[in-house]
Amino acid sequence: MSPRPEPSATRRSVLASGAGVAVAGAAAGLTYAGRPSSAAAHQSSSGTDATGGTGRAADEPVPFRGEHQAGIVTPAQDRMHFVALDVVTTDPAELSLLLKEWTRAAERMTYGAEATPGGVVGGGPHRPPTDTGEALDLPPSNLTITIGYGPSLFDGRFGLAGRRPEALRELPGFTGDDLDPARTGGDLCIQACADDPQVAVHAVRNLIRIGFGVISVRWSQLGFGRTSSTSTSQATPRNLFGFKDGTANIKAEDGAALAEHVWVDPADVPGDAAWMAGGSYLVARRIRMHVEVWDRTPLQEQEDIFGRDKAVGASLHLPADRRDENAPLDFAAKGVDGQPRIPLTSHVRLAHESQLDGIRILRRGYNFTDGSDGSGHLDAGLFFLAFVRDAHRQFVPMQQALAKSDKLNEYIEHTGSALFAVPPGLGDGEDWGVQLFGA
Amino acid sequence: MTRRALALTLVPATFALAACGGGSDATSSAGTKGPITVTASDTACDVARTEAPAGQIEFTVSNKGSKVNEFYVYAAGDRIMGEVENIAPGLTRTFHVEVAEPGTYETACKPGMVGKGIRSDFTVTGASAAPQSDDAKVTAATTSYARYVASQADALLARTTEFVGLVKAGKVEQAKALYPVARSYWERIEPVAESFGDLDPKIDGREDVVEDGMAFTGYHRLEQDLWVKGLQGDSAAIADQLLADVTTIVAEAKKVEFNGLQLANGSKALLDEMATGKITGEEERYSHTDLWDFAANWDGSKGAIAALRPVLEERDAALVASYDKRAAALDALVAKHQKGDGYQLYTELTPIEVRALSDALDAVAEDVAKVAGVVANP
Repeated sequence: MSPRPEPSATRRSVLASGAGVAVAGAAAGLTYAGRPSSAAAHQSSSGTDATGGTGRAADEPVPFRGEHQAGIVTPAQDRMHFVALDVVTTDPAELSLLLKEWTRAAERMTYGAEATPGGVVGGGPHRPPTDTGEALDLPPSNLTITIGYGPSLFDGRFGLAGRRPEALRELPGFTGDDLDPARTGGDLCIQACADDPQVAVHAVRNLIRIGFGVISVRWSQLGFGRTSSTSTSQATPRNLFGFKDGTANIKAEDGAALAEHVWVDPADVPGDAAWMAGGSYLVARRIRMHVEVWDRTPLQEQEDIFGRDKAVGASLHLPADRRDENAPLDFAAKGVDGQPRIPLTSHVRLAHESQLDGIRILRRGYNFTDGSDGSGHLDAGLFFLAFVRDAHRQFVPMQQALAKSDKLNEYIEHTGSALFAVPPGLGDGEDWGVQLFGA
Repeated sequence: MTRRALALTLVPATFALAACGGGSDATSSAGTKGPITVTASDTACDVARTEAPAGQIEFTVSNKGSKVNEFYVYAAGDRIMGEVENIAPGLTRTFHVEVAEPGTYETACKPGMVGKGIRSDFTVTGASAAPQSDDAKVTAATTSYARYVASQADALLARTTEFVGLVKAGKVEQAKALYPVARSYWERIEPVAESFGDLDPKIDGREDVVEDGMAFTGYHRLEQDLWVKGLQGDSAAIADQLLADVTTIVAEAKKVEFNGLQLANGSKALLDEMATGKITGEEERYSHTDLWDFAANWDGSKGAIAALRPVLEERDAALVASYDKRAAALDALVAKHQKGDGYQLYTELTPIEVRALSDALDAVAEDVAKVAGVVANP
């Protein structure tokens, strides 16, 4: 006869009340602007920054609760695992319960804890472990878990049609799109970012595991290296074309720009859509890059296509001895041939706010390679992620301009696409289920 | 034939836990009444009493530290007897843990929710407080399942005899029609049949067995002959050998005595088969009758769970309720693919239909995976 452990189902159903989780206390009065400064404090207390520029020690968790979800203005971590999911149940109660269970597991894993207490071995020899175990003993690694909801979730299956924010509607098609249905759309998404890829994959895997019977994986993307900086504390990384991308990104420290371009204002979401106030919209685009063709392109042409120099990422109008990545772009400057020094079809010009009525976005993308394509080439590219206040007013006009004229289009193809509403952060005691469905 | 060995291993129905061997003396004192106070901080875990009589033990845990804390009672191997989580700084939580067996356990506070925690030994004294488990229900379940296996084994032999006769008579179309039917009885009791190691690859091996230096024989060799190559000179001999091997395995299968854990693990092994071999369309690579196997594996899994049902209803009604719902969903999907007396060919399924089957299978498998734990821990 053996003693009886708590059944795992019971353990799992003892959901986080969330009451007074330590960081939540700190986060209660925390605005997003408070985060980078606290991150900076961690950095100074730990002495060195060993985390690829996220400015936070590996064993110091990123706060899970707060005004906005983590994983947006959190200094971009080095690795990402992103998954889009379909809901397979027809029962709203099951979905709501799953969102509650996810909240608890996500908060635990953000701390570096097992998805469930004692989940790796605590269930004894005859039960399948309730945590898969590959992140046991690893530090939190700046893990953030960010949830989002696709337009299809609000189609009436779950009684959510009335709660759909007006801006959450499918993206239009763009010239040159080659979207694979198997990499497009989804009822839900989970973005897990961490400085250790094992930690990010563990988080996604365990959330999927908890969801069997309620959700099913639609598509999934690994990103091995960040392509954006979301804090002034970070250097601008390079994409697989070798260029610094997103120098002009919105940064965590720029509160006015975030309020204008990233966070959904209460006035944007009146009535039953008010749950989205303080949230953001996430645009995901899987952009295949034909790196082999690019690599045969002369340097001058590469630089003209981007509109920046390759070595430091400076505007092309600057002379070689005065190149500075952060110097303003001078679109009026002309070369000796009388043509604009930053070409009219260059990526940086077409995507710049001055050409787009002031539109800006917060980029948070990742480089990927998904093996090879069977034709002797890498299946590589950029998993573009952007957070915006309204995708139809920001991403859509920007992408229309790029799709029409960007010289880069000769070397890239958009092969996947999705739009998600990313709800605001959770306060003490709140969970994603109650937040989405209402109390 | 499985890629992985899924044969039932003999798992003892009862298992001894190291913690149970304590043999500690019951020393009752006035101090053993009432809840045990635990004072937790970021660096300490003071448990007011480290001994309690077997039965329900109440702890009151106060978090005086600055980090979220958790409190655990562990048996050997860090198996959790009880835990209370999410104790915020300043909060006090009370919880009860049922420890039926005397012995040595461990308590742990886990400031910050990570790591091994701050541990202390905890002794449970006195006589076992375990309720007498209803082993009669488990015994009835194993007896019931043995009857199921015997009935399927008999049908397997009868249908295989018929199939072999048709092959030897050169009646290709009739043999092809009977092939998936005969195999259904095999697939329903596959974990049992596979436990006879040498015979399984001879009966159910795919062409890849050649890689292991074995001859390609059995059902799948005849499948290849019937659907692809036409009957060969040795097809009749292969058929005779199949019948001889099936006759042997049927006799062996009917002699097997089961325990509760074997039923639980067998019901899960059948779902694993479906997930790794059938939903992928690789088992029946010439006839594409994989859905017959899929449905038969599913029947077999349900057979084992049906036998255990009285045990499960008594011990974990919520699990049974979830299983019933998910099993009904898979039943409905399988039914959609019925065609005549059988099923659609795998090649007739769309990727969306395959995914729907896979989703429903994943869901019910999560529940079936929990059955062994329920059977092992009354």
